[in-house]
Amino acid sequence: MKNYLTTVFNIVEKDLLLELKSKEVVVSMLLFSLLVVIVFSFIFEPGAAYKDNLVGGILWMAIIFSGVLGLNKSMLNEITGGNLNALLLAPVDRSAVFFGKVFSNFLFLIIMEIITVPIFMVFYNINIFANSFMSIVVLALGTYGFAVLGTLFSLISVKTKTREIMLPLLLLPLMIPIILAGIQCMNIYILGEDVTESYKWLKLIGAFDVIFTAVIYAIFDYIVEE
Amino acid sequence: MTSKLIKLDEITKRYGYLEALKKVSFYLDRGEFLSIFGPNGAGKSTLLKVLSSQTRPSAGQIFFDGIKLSDLPNDFRRNFGVISHQPFLYENLSAEANLKFYGKMYGLKEIDKKIDDILNKVELSDRKSDYVRNFSRGMLQRLSIARTLLHDPEIILLDEPYTGLDQHASYILSNILKEQFQHSKTIIMVTHNLNRGYDLASKIAIMKRGKIVFFDDKVNIPEYEFEDIYLAKVS
Repeated sequence: MKNYLTTVFNIVEKDLLLELKSKEVVVSMLLFSLLVVIVFSFIFEPGAAYKDNLVGGILWMAIIFSGVLGLNKSMLNEITGGNLNALLLAPVDRSAVFFGKVFSNFLFLIIMEIITVPIFMVFYNINIFANSFMSIVVLALGTYGFAVLGTLFSLISVKTKTREIMLPLLLLPLMIPIILAGIQCMNIYILGEDVTESYKWLKLIGAFDVIFTAVIYAIFDYIVEE
Repeated sequence: MTSKLIKLDEITKRYGYLEALKKVSFYLDRGEFLSIFGPNGAGKSTLLKVLSSQTRPSAGQIFFDGIKLSDLPNDFRRNFGVISHQPFLYENLSAEANLKFYGKMYGLKEIDKKIDDILNKVELSDRKSDYVRNFSRGMLQRLSIARTLLHDPEIILLDEPYTGLDQHASYILSNILKEQFQHSKTIIMVTHNLNRGYDLASKIAIMKRGKIVFFDDKVNIPEYEFEDIYLAKVS
């Protein structure tokens, strides 16, 4: 277990170092997410009452679409120069390499969200933490699920010529439970409804995370060798 | 441990309808140097990928020291060092940072000293802090050699290692391979360069359309006849 965690840590450390040098992944995700947040903010008339029912969806769209962009860039670092093959040759559990990439992507997404969310709250004049700090839990769980599945499909799609199209085509249909549950939770917190109403949606996101983590852990070796 | 280090038993690899390897069988003793020749698309690179467990054979078995490759633990992969068409290096990291990362992945102790030694061997000590993206093709290949040998592997697999190398870099690589061979490392090299491959090898194989069509000890093949044998086998 210690070796497994050491491998995960080594991959994350390397990815953070790479990102510090190149700033490719976080900056591109951040620019795109801010663009989505700002452009969509022009839809609503100032003070529009219906706005609060919709903005949760806009936040998730900003995260998901910019995340797709970041996942492609992140995995491209592993494909350029054949580094992924070198990682798979290392005497470590190959799923540890995968989860190292997952946690790197998770961190990059969280960094993007930490900057995007306050700007989102300013532009839409709302506070997603006003009634509950559960928004943080939803964002963290949803982002993890997106990172797990997104890393897997970016691994599959990055070698194709049409990777920019292929990744969202493969990923987004499977992300529907997370997107749906994430938006429902966010609406509950923004509209100040009973927080317990969000628990069933949180359970759905949690189950999604656990199932995909377990399945990928079990079959990752087979996926990469085939 | 038996001396029969690597044994391939009717290895077949299919990519959809394409059979890249067709019932390939041979064995190698410890400390042998096998050069594999063949035209493009003969299955040479696929063979190296299957051997290094980068891809799973569709049929057949590979044995190392009599144990099935599929039964060996992850840690067994530390016995492999692979030089590929690609450098396996991160462009946006320095030479030192790349080697340090791979050293950690292989759980090496005293990484800094090993990095200094290996960079010295490939004559890149003065460029260790430079970004890999600023390296020439020859320097990339030398750094790739350093990465491959950093963990002192028992089995070295080389896929066209001389491609793009200048004379100096080729000389360094040949010397390193000779040194590794003298240290009883088992080496399998895929190459199009008949002279260099023949010169270094102790065994010779020729592949064509996924099959081994020739396999023999070098001592049984006079140098002046080799080119004719090769052309006869691949034509």
